[in-house]
Parts: sequence; C-alpha cells; structure tokens
Amino acid sequence: MTTVVLRGGRLLDPGTGLDETGDLLIRDGRIEHAGHRLERIDDAEEIDCTGKLVTPGFIDVHCHLREPGREDVETIETGARAAAAGGFTAVCAMPNTQPVTDNQAAVGFVQRQGQRASASRVYPIGAISVGQKGEKLAEFGEMIGAGAVAVSDDGRPVMSAHLMRTALEYALTFGVPVIDHCEELTLAEGGAMNEGIVSARLGLKGIPDEAEEIMVIRDILLARRTRGHVHLAHMSTKGSVELIRWGKERGINVTAEVCPHHLSLTEDEVEHYDTNAKMNPPLRTAEDVEALQQAVKDGTIDLVATDHAPHHYDEKEREFADAPNGIIGLETALSVVATWLVKPGIISWPTLVEKMAVQPARLFKLPGGTLARGTVGDVTVIDPDREWVVDAASFRTKGRNTPYQGRTLHAKAVCTVVGGRVVFTENSAAHGR
Amino acid sequence: MSGSLGKDLLGLAKLSADQIRLVLDTAVPFREISERKIKKVPTLRGATIVNLFFEPSTRTRISFEFAEKRLSADTVNVASSGSSVTKGETLVDTARNLEAMRIDMVVIRHGASGAAQFLAERIESCVVNAGDGTHEHPTQGLLDMLTLRDHFGTLEGLRVCICGDVLHSRVARSNIWGLTKMGAEVAVCGPPSLLPNAVHDLGVKVFHRIEQAIEWAQALNILRLQLERMQAGYIPSLREYNRVFGVTRQRLDRAPQDILILHPGPMNRGVEIDSDVADGPHSVILNQVTNGIAVRMAVLYLLAGGRPELAEAAKEGSA
Repeated sequence: MTTVVLRGGRLLDPGTGLDETGDLLIRDGRIEHAGHRLERIDDAEEIDCTGKLVTPGFIDVHCHLREPGREDVETIETGARAAAAGGFTAVCAMPNTQPVTDNQAAVGFVQRQGQRASASRVYPIGAISVGQKGEKLAEFGEMIGAGAVAVSDDGRPVMSAHLMRTALEYALTFGVPVIDHCEELTLAEGGAMNEGIVSARLGLKGIPDEAEEIMVIRDILLARRTRGHVHLAHMSTKGSVELIRWGKERGINVTAEVCPHHLSLTEDEVEHYDTNAKMNPPLRTAEDVEALQQAVKDGTIDLVATDHAPHHYDEKEREFADAPNGIIGLETALSVVATWLVKPGIISWPTLVEKMAVQPARLFKLPGGTLARGTVGDVTVIDPDREWVVDAASFRTKGRNTPYQGRTLHAKAVCTVVGGRVVFTENSAAHGR
Repeated sequence: MSGSLGKDLLGLAKLSADQIRLVLDTAVPFREISERKIKKVPTLRGATIVNLFFEPSTRTRISFEFAEKRLSADTVNVASSGSSVTKGETLVDTARNLEAMRIDMVVIRHGASGAAQFLAERIESCVVNAGDGTHEHPTQGLLDMLTLRDHFGTLEGLRVCICGDVLHSRVARSNIWGLTKMGAEVAVCGPPSLLPNAVHDLGVKVFHRIEQAIEWAQALNILRLQLERMQAGYIPSLREYNRVFGVTRQRLDRAPQDILILHPGPMNRGVEIDSDVADGPHSVILNQVTNGIAVRMAVLYLLAGGRPELAEAAKEGSA
C-alpha cells in the first residue's frame, strides 16, 4: 500500500485538541503521525498543504444517492465522487430507494456499489419499516449485519408513535441510532413552502413549524421512555432547537442535525417560485436561521448533514407546487457552512470540523473523525481562503438543482484522502514526490 | 411588444399605483366600444393571442375573448382540463410550442400558483395572468377597482372588505394589493380557518364576524365559497356558513350606510350571498362583468405597446 505525507498544513483535530502546523503521515491506510515536521520519506506520495487545513475526513450522515431505482438522477458512484469532491470521505445513503433498502440483500447491494465506486466510503442506512410503509419493523439485525449503520424511514416520517417507540427499543440491541424525518403529515399535507407571510403572498400552501416540532417533541419523549437513541434529521425551526435543548438538559438520548441550506437561506428564496428553493422541511425565516446557527455554536445541534437530494432537471422545471422537494448539497456543504458561519465569526474552523467530521463519526460509530495515530487514514484538505463561484454544471453529482448557483462561496475542499488513497484532488494541492 | 405595463401582467403586487391608474383610465374609453352597435375597433389587428386555460372557466375566458375580438386580434382558445402533470405535456413544453408558433400574447389560467410567471420567464410573448392557483387574478382585481371607482369617484380612503375564503382566493390577493396601493383601506372577513395564518402581516384589517365588517365597510367584495372547502374540513357546513358569515338583507339593513356589493362570480346564492342582496339595489355585480371586458381590452392594448394618451383615439379606430 502507498504511503502519503501531507506537508505543512494546519492540522486540526478538535477531538484530540490538535491544532498546529505540521505533517501528517498515512501508511498502509492508517494514520501513523500527525504533528511535527517529518524528514523526507522514500516512496511516499507528497502533498503540499501549505496554507491549507488538514482535518479528519468529513462524514455526511444524510444523503440520497438514488440507486437503486433512479440511476438517471444519481448513482452510488456519481454520488460517492461528488462526496469526495466536496471533502467528504464517507457518506450514509438513505434507504428511500426503489425498491426500498429494507432488507439485508438491499443493504448489501448499496455496500457493494459503494466499494466498487472506490471514492468516498458509502455506508447504507436501512429502513425502519418494511417498504417504508410505517407498518411493520424491518429486520434491523440482518441489515446491520450486512453493513447498515443506522435505520430511518427518511423522506417519510414514522407517523405511528407506537412503531417509533418499538424501533427505538429494538435498535438498542444493536446500538444504532434511529433517524426520524419529523413531519406531522396531516398538518404538512400539500404544503410547498414555509407557512408565513411569503406563502400567504404567493398563494402557496404552507407547512407550519409545528408540523416538525410536534414530531420532534414526540420523538424526544419516546427516547426518554425507551432510552433509545433518536437522531432528528434536518432540523429547520427555532422551536425545534428549543425542544432539543429541553431534551438534552434532561439527559435524554437525542441528537440532531441541520442542513447547510437551513443555516443560510430563508423563505425569501421562494419569492420567484424558484423550485431550487423547494425542499422538505422548507426554508424558514431569518429568525429560524439565526437560532439554528446559534444551536450549532452552542452544541444543541450536534452535526451538519447535507440531505443531498438530486432530481432530474425536468422534474424541477415545472410549477412550484408540483416540483419535487430537495437540492444537491455534497459539493457545496463545506463551503456554505464556512461562508455563513465561519467567515462571519459565528463558529471557528475547529467547530466546523467538529460538526462535519468528529461528531458524525462519534454518533454513528463510524471509523474516522480523528487524526489520532492508528486510526483510519481518512483526511480532508481545505483551502480556507479560496473564493469560488458555484457552477453546478461542473459538479460530479448528476443533479444540478442548487439554490447556490452563481453565488460566490468561501473556502473549498482541495484534496480528499480515503484510507490513505487520494480520491479527489485539485491542482492547487500540489502533488510532488 | 412592451408598453408602460412591461412585458407581462402577472399580478397587482408587481404594479405601481401609477400603472394601476393607467389601466383603469385606459379602460374608460374602451368601455364605450362595447356600447356600440358595431363593437369592434382595429387596434390589435394582426396580433395573435392564445387563451390557454388549464382550469375550467366560463366568464373569464369569454370576457378575454370578447376583449380580444373587439380589438380585432386573432385568437385561439386552448382548453385543457386537469394539470399538465396529469395531461402528460409539461408547461415548459407548452411554452416552447407556443413560442415556436410566434404568437404575440398568451392569456393563461392555471391551477398552480406561479404558473403565469413560469410561462412569462420562458417565452418572449406577453403573458397575461387570468388566474394562477391561489396567487393572483390581476384583471379581476382591476375590474373590481374600476367598478368601485365608477361608484365612489375615488379609491383613496375607501373602506372595502373582502369576505369569505381569503386563504384560497387569488381574487382576494389581487384586490388586497391593488386597493392598498390605490390608498383604499382594506379589510378581510371570514372564519380564521379560511384566512391565511399570516393575515395580520398583509396590511389589512381583520374581522371574524360579518356584522363587524358590515358596520365598518362602504363596499363588500364577497368571494365565492369553493364547495370543496367543506369536504376538506375548513368549515363544518354550507348551511352554518350562511347563517354565520352569509351576507343577508337582514344584516345589511342594520348597516349605518348603504353598502356596495361586489362578487367575482359565479355566485353560490344562499351560501355566501343571499339572492335579495345579489339582486338588490346596491349590487354592482353585473357592472363588474361589463367592466371586465373594458379592463381586459385596456390591458391587452397597453401590453401590445398601445400608448395611453392615444386610447381615446384607439377607440375610434385610428390608432
């Protein structure tokens, strides 16, 4: 196996408190050294990281890679390459595929396609219920045996409180989080955007905050009852933040994620019926964005996840109410968080790394998330000073549905290393020997 | 083709008070054409207009068609029930096809909010919104304002209450934006389940009792109650709706002044409005219909690049 030395970068590992300029050595797929400068090593691949950040590999616990079923929109391979280009060394693929990833064979397929893609690691997430129908528990044990790292019916909420309770209890045996997509369907039904003044003006049916918050508190209460680990996907409201804080203060095993778009954009993006501003949960208000940013800072929100959801161009190019929900995110996530949170000084670079690398690994019990000696050689190199303009046409994902098109973002992943192998690099991370 | 209204008429939210005044002023001379024996001027001769109706509509479509024909435009009606989703062809393909036919204007009625804007952004022809989902119905708003102005002389300071299902009403939105811009005081009245949750941020007064609205208003614009709202659980029954929110003669008799009655039609007699009110002395419901053609002629004329100062001449057929 190859040996890689990343030279002269700012080594950042909030998990161990490492923050110094130095070299990082990966040998045989594992981190051998992270710290002071090293002598020249024969036969090592050298990467000049001067002026760059060298961090544990970023992990996205929430993306939709669409395979099997919608390979026209994304495949596990294109998704894994997009992830690598966005600085992610690993992603977790949601099970709302066609057919649903709700059994060990389906989980095995995702796992295998991920390995074949040979880019970022791909971890399958299994469904909570058979066919994501919300009726009967899927076989958690077998799915986890085949490689699933969590269970979720994402895309749909678990509407039955009884089923959610049982899932939380049953998952305890296997030690995996149960991820819920919090949406009270009878309230949210037919909704196309946030309910508020903009929806009233545009004549679009709104989705009230309470559609999310009712399920957030239900899940927190069920986690209290069962002592199970509930992980709340894509939180979007100030009220949800307050409820999560309430749960955490009481020691309830609840963790939560937020998406970059909910940390940066508001319902005003919908003003011109731009379907690339349509996602579920919807973009909310400036007050919600600020509360979510603060929640990332104070730890109420544990991590940032993309909810990467590619759609075909034709499907988005239509009347707003009829367009599908979701935007791509793998290749913009790091930069969006850097632009809206690090640049204005709301959070530091170590906190960003904490939210996008350390915590995902810790909460989902995945390899990586650290630069500690002996751990897996998954590393992300970031140019913190880069300014770049989003052009979705240049992305690795097949999706082009992004509300950031044409915007100037700050900071960019320039090199991604998975298991000691460079899976993505940009010219600026100069290669040498 | 673009006049002082711009390329399209998508909604009154986007128009200035001056632009609204311009349409109303231009409509006045055009109204006279419909009173003649030969109701036709050559103003839009050679212009091609497609009336694209994705939702069933009788009066709006007929009104547009008369407006077009009285201006001598060549018109084609395309009616397509159901949304483009169920029909197969997407709206964007429809737009491209229309563009390829080199038409001058499209009048579109569609069930999705934003559909008119969607079309306008994709074709060079002028687009007139004839009602998009629950968003706007600008020509209805304009004809309502013309009718009010005919009666009161000005819209400034006029107290108008829009009654009924504001939540699902494009007519309500166009009226709110238009009237507010023209300096009228606007209120809405209805059960909170039929008002937008953010209604207090719309810049209008809010009444939940029709009696209060009647006490306050100089004019009521009574919206049609879509019968499917009851099935969707927004109100318990039409019978109760009439008893609590219906505009009845008895209620109007208690008003401190005569109240002008407008209704965009079609009416549910005995639900939101009683027959003796609809047919009563203060009803201007049929004036609205007449004004509808004049306003639509004015809109088409202005979008086609017609100069407002020549409207008087246009009606003589010389412009």
